[in-house]
Amino acid sequence: MKFIISTLLTALLGFVSGLYLPWWGIALAALIPSAVIHQGHGRSFLSGFLGIFILWGALSWWIDSKNNSILSQKIAQILPLGGSVFFLVLLTAFIGALVAGLAGLAGSYLRRAPEPNQAI
Amino acid sequence: MQFTRLLIVCAITLGLILVLNREWTVGGKSIPPMGKFLSPQHGFWQNADPMDKNYGGDFLFSQLKDKGEVYLDDRMVPHVFAQNEDDAYFMQGYLHARFRLWQMEFQVYAAAGRISELIGDKAINFDRDKRRLGMVYAAERSLELMERDSITKNECDSYTAGVNAYIENMKESELPVEYKLLNYQPEKWTNLKTALFLKYMSLDLAGGENDFEYSNAKTLFGMKDFEKMYPYGQDSLDPIVPRGTVFENPGVITRPPASADSLYFNRKDSLHLAPVKPDKDNGSNNWAVSGKKTKSGAPILCNDPHLGLNLPSLWFEMQISTPQFNAYGATFPGAPGVVIGFNDSCAFGFTNAERDVRDYYEIKFRDESMKEYWFNGEWRLSNFRYEHIGVKGRNEIIDTIAYTVFGPVMYDKKFTGGRSTQGNYYAVRWKAHDTSNDLRCFNGLDHARNYQDYYAAIQYLHTPGQNCIFACKNGDIAIWDQGEFPARWKHQGDFIMPGTDSSYMWQGMIPQAENPHQVNPERGFVSSANQFPADPATYPYYLAGSFPPYRGLVINRTLSSMKDITTDMMKSLQTENYNVFAEMARPVLLKNINDSLLTPVESDYRDLLAHWNLRNDIGEKGATVFSLTWDSLERVVWGDELTRSSLPLVYPTESTLLEAILKDSSFKFLDDINTPQLETLRDDVTSAFKKAVVTLQKTASAGRLEWGKFKDTRIKHLTKLEPFSRLHLPIGGGNNCINATKAEHGPGWRMVVELTPVTQAFGVYPGGQSGNPGSPYYDSFVDQWVSGQYYPLWVMNREDASDKRVKFRITFSK
Repeated sequence: MKFIISTLLTALLGFVSGLYLPWWGIALAALIPSAVIHQGHGRSFLSGFLGIFILWGALSWWIDSKNNSILSQKIAQILPLGGSVFFLVLLTAFIGALVAGLAGLAGSYLRRAPEPNQAI
Repeated sequence: MQFTRLLIVCAITLGLILVLNREWTVGGKSIPPMGKFLSPQHGFWQNADPMDKNYGGDFLFSQLKDKGEVYLDDRMVPHVFAQNEDDAYFMQGYLHARFRLWQMEFQVYAAAGRISELIGDKAINFDRDKRRLGMVYAAERSLELMERDSITKNECDSYTAGVNAYIENMKESELPVEYKLLNYQPEKWTNLKTALFLKYMSLDLAGGENDFEYSNAKTLFGMKDFEKMYPYGQDSLDPIVPRGTVFENPGVITRPPASADSLYFNRKDSLHLAPVKPDKDNGSNNWAVSGKKTKSGAPILCNDPHLGLNLPSLWFEMQISTPQFNAYGATFPGAPGVVIGFNDSCAFGFTNAERDVRDYYEIKFRDESMKEYWFNGEWRLSNFRYEHIGVKGRNEIIDTIAYTVFGPVMYDKKFTGGRSTQGNYYAVRWKAHDTSNDLRCFNGLDHARNYQDYYAAIQYLHTPGQNCIFACKNGDIAIWDQGEFPARWKHQGDFIMPGTDSSYMWQGMIPQAENPHQVNPERGFVSSANQFPADPATYPYYLAGSFPPYRGLVINRTLSSMKDITTDMMKSLQTENYNVFAEMARPVLLKNINDSLLTPVESDYRDLLAHWNLRNDIGEKGATVFSLTWDSLERVVWGDELTRSSLPLVYPTESTLLEAILKDSSFKFLDDINTPQLETLRDDVTSAFKKAVVTLQKTASAGRLEWGKFKDTRIKHLTKLEPFSRLHLPIGGGNNCINATKAEHGPGWRMVVELTPVTQAFGVYPGGQSGNPGSPYYDSFVDQWVSGQYYPLWVMNREDASDKRVKFRITFSK
C-alpha cells in the first residue's frame, strides 16, 4: 500500500513540478515521497522509478496520439531509434524514471540520515 | 555509514541530472541534453502539436495603439485587421515569430556569419566568408538610411516589437524544436536583423560573379577564345524588352582606362580561388497579360520566383488589412510587409535581374600589416574592422579585416577560403555595400493604386536588382528591370581589376530611368525569366551577368499565341514541363550520333531519345536520356580545355555550346586537345552518347530511369536534417522548363492574380505555414505544390468573420 501511494504521489508531484520547475523537478518529486513514506531502499528506488516511468510514458504517449506521431517519427530517426515511436516513448520514460529512481533512493537515505547513532 | 551512502546516492543523482542537462558530442555527432529534450512537459514532446490545437487567443500588449484581430483560415493563413499600420506590422512580427521564429533567426545568423556559434568550428570558414564580404557592414549602413526614413523606421520598429512580444511571452516548452535540438536560446529581434535578412536575400540574388574563374580562363585561353567560350549575348535570345526597341543615348558614358589592354585584358593571372557562390540556378518567371488577351477582359499577373527549396519555406502567406491598404501575398519571415502579392487595385511580383554587381580589385599593400595600400600614387591608410566570431565549444575568433576605398579586403594572407591565393590581396566591391532602403519598395507596392505609385515604389529597389512586374485593375501592365546597376565599359569587372588607382572603379550608376522597361506594349503582355533585359547589341550599357535564354523564349512564344486567356491557362503555363532547350538541341544530337557505331543497347537508348515527347514529365525516360547525353557532351567538348590546368574555371553555358554547334560544325573547341587527330562534332556527340549510356544503364538498373525518379526533387530542412525534410517528391520540370523544379531548387511561390473587379487569385508554395516539424501545417502545401495544383487565395473582409473558412480568431488589444 505504501508502495502504491509513494508511486502515485511521485507521479502526481512530478506532473505538478513540470508545470513550475525545469525538467529535473522530477527528482524532487521522487525524493519527497520516499523521504516521508517509510519503505526500504529498494522499494524507494522502485516507487520513484515507476512513478515517473508511468508519468513520462503516459504523457508522451498521450501527446503522441494527439499528434498522430508526426513529430515522434522524425525525432526517432534523428536520435537514432530507427524511427520507432515505441522506443522513443520507452526511452523518454526510462530516462525520467532513472533520475527519479535514484532521487527516490536518495530520499530514503535522507530519511535515515538524521539518526547517525543508528549506524553500526 | 548511512550518511556516506546518502552522499554517494545524492552525488550520483546530481551527476546524472547534470549529464542529462547538457549537450554531448559523440563521434562528431551532437546529442541534445537528453533530460531536458525528452521531458514531456518541457522538451520536444511539447512541439508535437495536437491535431486539433486551438490557435486562437486574446493577447494584451501595451505597445499597441488600438485593437486588432487576426483570423486564421483553414490553411492557417492569417488575415490581419488592424486600425493603423504600426499595429499591423506589430501583429505581422508577432505572427512571423509565432510560426517561424527559429527560421527567422537562423537565416540572420547565416547572413551575419554566426553559424559557428551554433555548430562549432566546422562553420568558421562559412562565417568568415560572410564577415569578409562585409555582410554586417552592409546591413549596418543600410539600416542607417532605413532609420532616417520615418515610414521605414516605424514599420521596422513595430515589426521588431511584435517579434519581441512573442519571444518575451514564450514559455520554455514553446521554444521551437530546433532550439531544443541544438540547445540554444533565441535572442531579441532588432531592426538590424531585418536589415541583415535583406542582405541575405541580396547575397542570394545579387552575389553572383565569376571574376576569378573568368580571369583564369582569359589567362589560359586568351581574350579571343574567351569571347567564344563566354560570349556576350545569344542568338536565341528574346529579351525582356523586345529586340528592335530604340534606346536613347546613355546618360552615363563609360570609357575603359588607357591601361586596360596591358593591365586588364592581357594580364596573366592564375588564381586558385573559388569563392562560395550563390546557386546559379536562382531564377524566376513572371508575366502579366493585358485585358485584351484575357477572357474576362481584366489583366492577369503571374509570378513564380525560383530559389533554393527549403523547409521551413522562405515564404509565409498572409493578408494585411489596414485603413490605408489591404495587401495579400507572400511575406518574408524576417521583414515587414507583403513582398509578392496584390492589393485592392493592383498586383506585383519579381524575378531576379541576374546582373553582376560584385567585383574584385587586387590591392597592393605596403607590407603584411595591411595598414597602408597604394592608391592614386600614394600610400593610403586602411580602415580596420574587427569581426568577433563566436565558436561553440571554444574561444571566439577575432577576424581583422582591412577596408579600402573599394570595400573590404575579402581575401588576404590570413583568409583564402582554404585555397591558394599566392599571397595576393583582393578587395570586394559589392553594390549591396551601398546604402539603400529597399524595404520601402514593398511598402510602396502594398499601398500602390496605379502605375505611378508602382513606379515611385520601385525607385527604392537598388539591390538586389529585380524585374518588377505590375498589373492594375485600370488595365495597365508594366515591367521594369529595376535596381541600381553600375554603368560598365565592356567586360569591366568580368575579371579581377587592378586596385592601385581609381581608373578601374565604377564610373557611375545607370540612371534608373534608363533601365529596360515596357509599359502597356502593343503585344499585350510583359514578361521576364532571367534572360537579358534588352538586346545587348543595342542597349547602351554593358550587361554583365548570366542570363539563361530558354524559359523566356518559350514563355513569350506561348503568350504571343494565346488569346482568351483564363487563370486556368496561366496555371498550366506556370507548371509547364515542356523542354524548349531540348526542342532545339535534340535534332543536332540525333543528327550527329553515328548509328553505325552503336551497340544494340545504345541503339535502344537512342530510340528512347528520338521518340521522347520533349516533356520533362515524371514518367518520361527520354528526359533522363537527353539530360545525361547533354551533360556528357559538355564534358566531352569542354572537359579537355577546362582540365588543362588545375585552376578553377566555370563551364560555358549550355546556350553557348548549343548555338556554337548549331551554326558551326567545326567549332574550334570540339577538338580534343589531348589526341593527335582532329575530332568533329559527329565524333564528340557519338562519344558523349556512348558515355551517357554507361550512366544510363546504371540508372536503369537502379530503377531510376524515369525523369521524376532520376531528378529526385527534395525540400531540405535548413539544417539538412533528413527527417525534417521532404524527400523523393514526384514532380516534373527542371532546368529550362517553365516549371523549373530541379533537385533542390525551384518555384517557391506560384501566384496567378486576375484583376477583375473582385480579384481572383491563386497560389501555392512548397511548404506550410507552420515552421514546426511537429505541426500538421509544417508541410501541408507540399503535395498540392507537387501535383501542380493551386489554392484559391481568399481576400477576407472584416465582415466575413463568421465564414466557415475562419478557424481561429486572435485578438490583440492594449
